Amino acid sequence: MEKRVVFNERWLPILLLMPQLLITVVFFFVPAGEALYQSLFRQDAFGLTVEFAGLENFRALFHDPTYLASFRTTALFSAGVTVLGLAIALVLAWFADRVIRAATLVKTLIVWPYAIAPAIAGVLWMFLFNPSLGLLSHWLKALGLDWNYLLNGTQALALVTFIAAWKQISYNFLFFLAGLQSIPRALLEAAAIDGARSWKRFWTIVFPLLTPTTFFLLVINLVYAFFDTFPIIDAVTQGGPAKSTEILVYKVYNDGFRGLDIGGSAAQSVILMAVVIVLTIFQFRHLERRVSY
Amino acid sequence: MVEKNRMLDVVTWAVLIAGILLVGFPVYVTFVASTLTAQEVLQVPMRLLPGAHLWANYGTVLGHGVGESAVPVGRMLFNSMVLALGVAFGKIATSIISAFAIVYFRFPFRKTAFWMIFITLMLPVEVRIMPTYKVIADLGLINTRSGMILPIIASATATFLFRQVFLTVPDELTEAARVDGASPMQFFRDTLLPLSATPMAALFVIQFIYGWNQYLWPLLITTDRTLTPIVVGVTQMISRGGDAATDWNLVMATVMLAMIPPALIVILMQRWFVKGLIDTEK
Repeated sequence: MEKRVVFNERWLPILLLMPQLLITVVFFFVPAGEALYQSLFRQDAFGLTVEFAGLENFRALFHDPTYLASFRTTALFSAGVTVLGLAIALVLAWFADRVIRAATLVKTLIVWPYAIAPAIAGVLWMFLFNPSLGLLSHWLKALGLDWNYLLNGTQALALVTFIAAWKQISYNFLFFLAGLQSIPRALLEAAAIDGARSWKRFWTIVFPLLTPTTFFLLVINLVYAFFDTFPIIDAVTQGGPAKSTEILVYKVYNDGFRGLDIGGSAAQSVILMAVVIVLTIFQFRHLERRVSY
Repeated sequence: MVEKNRMLDVVTWAVLIAGILLVGFPVYVTFVASTLTAQEVLQVPMRLLPGAHLWANYGTVLGHGVGESAVPVGRMLFNSMVLALGVAFGKIATSIISAFAIVYFRFPFRKTAFWMIFITLMLPVEVRIMPTYKVIADLGLINTRSGMILPIIASATATFLFRQVFLTVPDELTEAARVDGASPMQFFRDTLLPLSATPMAALFVIQFIYGWNQYLWPLLITTDRTLTPIVVGVTQMISRGGDAATDWNLVMATVMLAMIPPALIVILMQRWFVKGLIDTEK
């Protein structure tokens, strides 16, 4: 989409763009280029010797069992976060859409945790699930479950997945509710007159009409699970026990800042950037379509 | 509601109440924990009714912090406020003028500039964390507020929103302004700024929360603990060694304090915020 009427100044637009371009170049393109450059070199931990390694860092990564394991963890984790977060939010939004009385109150009560930082969400739940003093751990143990996420990798992964999905409920809820409210009532009433029960109406009318919203949320939630969940992992498990919750973005940080493997960490950054850029282009096309239909 | 159905009404409220509990329960337990003494909070199972130490605990963390050489949480709140306001205003200011340039002018490399900005739409700082750290170190911005704020401003979401807003402004307004002999900046100030008031309010809420909730970047960039924002500070209060070493009642008081400002902003500005979120789609 373009404007027909524009101004003719030549230098003014450049001047106006300068602040954002400058920030983008200095804090985005330079670091991205740096990562790309470093990923092609091998450097020792003290930065004393640097030698050209070509694609060696990438080859090493894909032969590294811990990296492949981290891929698997990330896949499990993001799938879990996305499915769980979307499912809970959709159910809540569908029922909230039915409520007319107290609708604003219900909405506020479900929406406000959008304000909670991922790190804070992590602390809230790790207190409840703390193996020795957590309230929920106590109840789980009363039910006969041997709960200790500090030792059990499966439980740790389940816990961070749950927390990350929980944190995203309010965001997904808002979009689903907006999507549901934009569905014409007449359609649903017509179906009801034809004898379709609410369950059937949901699957044949509501769910198909929500596809654009669901698709949009799917991409956003994947990006969220891939990257924005770093604070949750760091606060709750720090990647452990035994790397069982070490998702890719955590590994970049761990290898780079703790392991001081500059080349390997940079190569991981490059791979992650490629993933996001593909997702961005995907999403952008979608956004553009929505803007101009 | 499309039809009357008693059964469904009951299920509706059951599900919604379950949802509200799922969302609210951990926060309630946190609040209770923040009103107990250090001994009470360690009892298993912890009680679920507030204790008598609300003011004592909040007073302690705000004034003294947690632990021996700790930073007072009052100080951390101030740091978070500076970070959140810096991110919100910085992002709104830089992106509204760049959106203006992209929409209302034709100039060489316009498409290039457009893509350079929009490729950053969803790329979080976490991904390029090592090299960004190096850039900040080279610029001597470690342990400074600008070093904390600037890299977070480098993303295109706000620019994208303003671009969408400007694209819906009728061309007739621009024509009228030109006929009246208004300069581009006059047009920007007198026409576009007033029209952007609502999206700006929405963006303010979203960016304030985004800034307030930053974790990894402030964690890396501040070795000086007096600059630590509260979200980072609270996780540093938790001892990784053993549970006895953590003053959970004080940690939980700090958690409450870390949640209150952004939650208030969301609740008070809910209408704008919801609209802005749905419009930006980010």
